[in-house]
Amino acid sequence: MAKKDAIEVEGTVIEPLPNTMFAVELENGHRVLAHISGKLRMNFIRILPGDRVRVELSPYDLTRGRITYRLK
Amino acid sequence: MAVARARQITVKSPADIARMRRAGRVVAEVLALVESELRPGITTGELDRLAERHIRAAGAIPSFKGYPGNNPRKPFPASICISIDDEIVHGIPGERTIRPGMVVSIDAGAILDDWHGDAARTFYVGDEPPTATRALIEGTRLAMMAGIAAARPGNHIEDIGAAVEDIAAPAGFGVIRHYVGHGIGRRMHEEPQVPNYRTGWTGRKLEAGLCLAIEPMFTLGSYETKTLPDGWTVATADGSLAAHFEHTIAITDSGTEILTTV
Repeated sequence: MAKKDAIEVEGTVIEPLPNTMFAVELENGHRVLAHISGKLRMNFIRILPGDRVRVELSPYDLTRGRITYRLK
Repeated sequence: MAVARARQITVKSPADIARMRRAGRVVAEVLALVESELRPGITTGELDRLAERHIRAAGAIPSFKGYPGNNPRKPFPASICISIDDEIVHGIPGERTIRPGMVVSIDAGAILDDWHGDAARTFYVGDEPPTATRALIEGTRLAMMAGIAAARPGNHIEDIGAAVEDIAAPAGFGVIRHYVGHGIGRRMHEEPQVPNYRTGWTGRKLEAGLCLAIEPMFTLGSYETKTLPDGWTVATADGSLAAHFEHTIAITDSGTEILTTV
């Protein structure tokens, strides 16, 4: 499912948005709009502000990403 | 994207709900069976084998067994989750022996003819639970029923969480936030998420044909959780006791029906 050329980074959830989108601040200070990967949703895990998450970025649009893992 | 479409909220026909009722009944039978066998001396692994035998004898499939988690190499290995004392959900049955005074949460799921049922209950092992333990277990059950009562046509997802939270808040219980209820149908976990607290988002309007798993998880301490080294078991971060009740329900024109009942 993961794109071969995706970039994986860690970040902190800043704010939940409608339609299971989240504003995530990456370690380098950039902010991206991220949605949740299907795998995480299946686990009925809820992402909350302040959570540390792993985000997969598309090299074609670095302002958007996909949350693949909730750390801790 | 295909994945996103597969996660849409699904609306069930009366015939679908009739099938889910049959799956729900198997799950309710499993919980009743485990309750009758739950006594000091039995191991959690023995309870799991009894549950699996019952599910398969009913012509159903245990939905938890082999369920993929965060680590693709470690799917859930058992048919029911058994979470004890400070464990909240996803406890793995094994060699542990049930002892008097334990707070035991049982979560069971079954697939019958492609349709899912999912339910959970918390039991105290022994006759006289301490006052706080009794309040926690009874409060969590009451909150689940309050959530179910709020799940009626015209209300919204937020009303369910508000009803649950309004039982927890006066009693001072911690309300687990990282794990939530969910839609259910041909998949165990569908959209929408059903939080047990106010999120500030009104959420989906409830209508006939929505099937939800409503499942408050309360603690005697904070809502912070940790995952144990087994990769599955979720426990309270502060070691406080936890309780978990869950029913699968269907919203219909004539009211809200509990599907995980015998």
